[in-house]
Amino acid sequence: MSIKILIPTPLRPYAGKQSIIEVTAHTVGEALADLVAQHPDLRKHLFSEDGKLRSFVNVYLNDEDIRYLSKDATPVKETDIVSIVPSVAGGIQTVAQAQKGFQ
Amino acid sequence: MASLTETSPATLSNEEILRYSRHLIMPEVTMEGQKKLKAARVLCVGTGGLGSPLALYLAAAGVGTLGLVDFDVVDYTNLQRQVLHYTSDVGRLKLDSAIDKLTAINPFVEIKRFDTYLNSQNALEIFSGFDIIADGTDNFATRYLVNDACVLSGKPNVYASIFRFEGQASIFATEAGPCYRCLYPEPPPPGLVPSCAEGGVLGVLPGLLGVIQATEVIKLILGVGEPLIGRLVLVDALAMRFRELRVRKNPECPVCGANPTVKELIDYNQFCGIRGEESEASTSAKIPEIQPEELKRRLDAKEDIFVLDVREPHEYQIVNIHGHLIPLGDLPKRIHELDSSREIVVHCKSGARSAKAVDFLRQSGFKRATNLTGGILAWADRIDTSLPKY
Repeated sequence: MSIKILIPTPLRPYAGKQSIIEVTAHTVGEALADLVAQHPDLRKHLFSEDGKLRSFVNVYLNDEDIRYLSKDATPVKETDIVSIVPSVAGGIQTVAQAQKGFQ
Repeated sequence: MASLTETSPATLSNEEILRYSRHLIMPEVTMEGQKKLKAARVLCVGTGGLGSPLALYLAAAGVGTLGLVDFDVVDYTNLQRQVLHYTSDVGRLKLDSAIDKLTAINPFVEIKRFDTYLNSQNALEIFSGFDIIADGTDNFATRYLVNDACVLSGKPNVYASIFRFEGQASIFATEAGPCYRCLYPEPPPPGLVPSCAEGGVLGVLPGLLGVIQATEVIKLILGVGEPLIGRLVLVDALAMRFRELRVRKNPECPVCGANPTVKELIDYNQFCGIRGEESEASTSAKIPEIQPEELKRRLDAKEDIFVLDVREPHEYQIVNIHGHLIPLGDLPKRIHELDSSREIVVHCKSGARSAKAVDFLRQSGFKRATNLTGGILAWADRIDTSLPKY
C-alpha cells in the first residue's frame, strides 16, 4: 500500500529536495527500502555499509520509535506516517554560507 | 507533578511584588510560585541563538540565579538572531554583553558567569551549583557532555536544537525520563550529516525554540503543566507545524539505564570522532607561509583576509589579535564556519599548530589558507610590542 515518509531538512538535498515521499510497502523496512530505491543518494545517510540503520537516525511510525515496535518488521497501514528524525546540533554560522543557501 | 525546587524562605520585596504582579495573580504561579522562581538556579549553556531568548525570558520571569557559560565573542553575523547582543557589542565577550542586558531587564537576578569552554574537567563542578541546565549549544560533543553531566549530577537537561528552519525541544535526564542518549546513542561521524552543506538559519528560529526552552524551565520550577519529559517536539517554522514524538527511556542506556557503563565524563571530542590530526604521510607538501610584517601590511591596507586562531580559549584570553577562534582539535567539526573563497591566515602561539591546521584545511579544499610564521609570539615581538607574550 501507499504511505508517506517525512524527510527531515538535512536529508532533503538527497531526496530531490522533497519533504514528503510516497512509497509502496507493507512494513517500515519495505518503506525505507523503496525510499532509497527511489533516491539512492539517501542510502549512505540512512544505512551503514552492512545495511543497518544508522544509530544517529531514528525512524518513527506515527509517534512511536520503531525500536520499541517491531523495528523493520513493523507493519504499516494506509494512514500511517513514517518520520525520519536525525540528530541535529545547531545552526550555521557564516554569512557566505547563508548566502549560498538562499536564492 | 512535584516541583523541582523546594519552597524556599525567599521573600519578595514590595518592588518585586509589583514587578511580577502579572504572575502573582495567576493561579498557576501565585506568590508561592514566584518565590520558587526566585529560589531557582538555572544554568544556560551558551548565550547565542538559543541562549539569547532563553536567558532574556528567564531573567524577566524572575529566576533568582542565572548561570551563563560562554567563551565566545560577539560576531557581526550573530546579530541576525542572537538578540541579546547589539551592534555596539561586536567584538565584546558575549558574557559581558549578556550580563549588561539581563541586569538591565531585571536587576534582581543574580548572574554567575563562566568564561569558559564547558569540558569534562569542569562540567560536574559547574553544574553542582544549579538546579536545572538549559542546553543551548551548537555542536554534538557539547550536547553529549551536557547530557551525561546532567544524568551524573541528577539535574534535568532542558534541550533544544535547530537547523535552518526546523527545531527540536525536549527535557532529558530526569530520573524517570529518558536522556539524550536514549534518543541518539551515538553522534554522526563528522562529515556525514550534511548540517552545513546548504548553510543558513532562519534568524527567528532559535527565538521560537529558545522560548519553548524557557517555558519548560519555568514549568519545571513551578511544577505546573505537562513538561516535555519523554516528548520530542518537532517544529517546522516554514509550515508552522508542531509535531510530537514519544521518547522512551532506554533500559539499556549506557548513561541512564539500569546498568550504566558511563559513570564519569569521557572525552567527547573522541566520542564524536574528532581527532584534528591528519596522518604524518599527508604533510608532504610544504605549508605556505606569510610573515607577520606582510600580514600587517595587508590588514592595514584593508585587504579581505580572514584571521583564524587555532589556539585554546584560555590562550585567547591572555592575548589575541582578534582572530576567529577555533581550537585545533575542533577544526574538523567547525570547518563550516570558514569560507573557502576567502583568504585565510591561520596562527597559533608559535606556528606549529597552525601549520597542521593549514595542512588540514588545504586537504579539505581551502586552497587559500596560509600559516603565520612564528605565530602570535612573533607578532608580539615584531609588530605590536604592547601585546603580552606567554
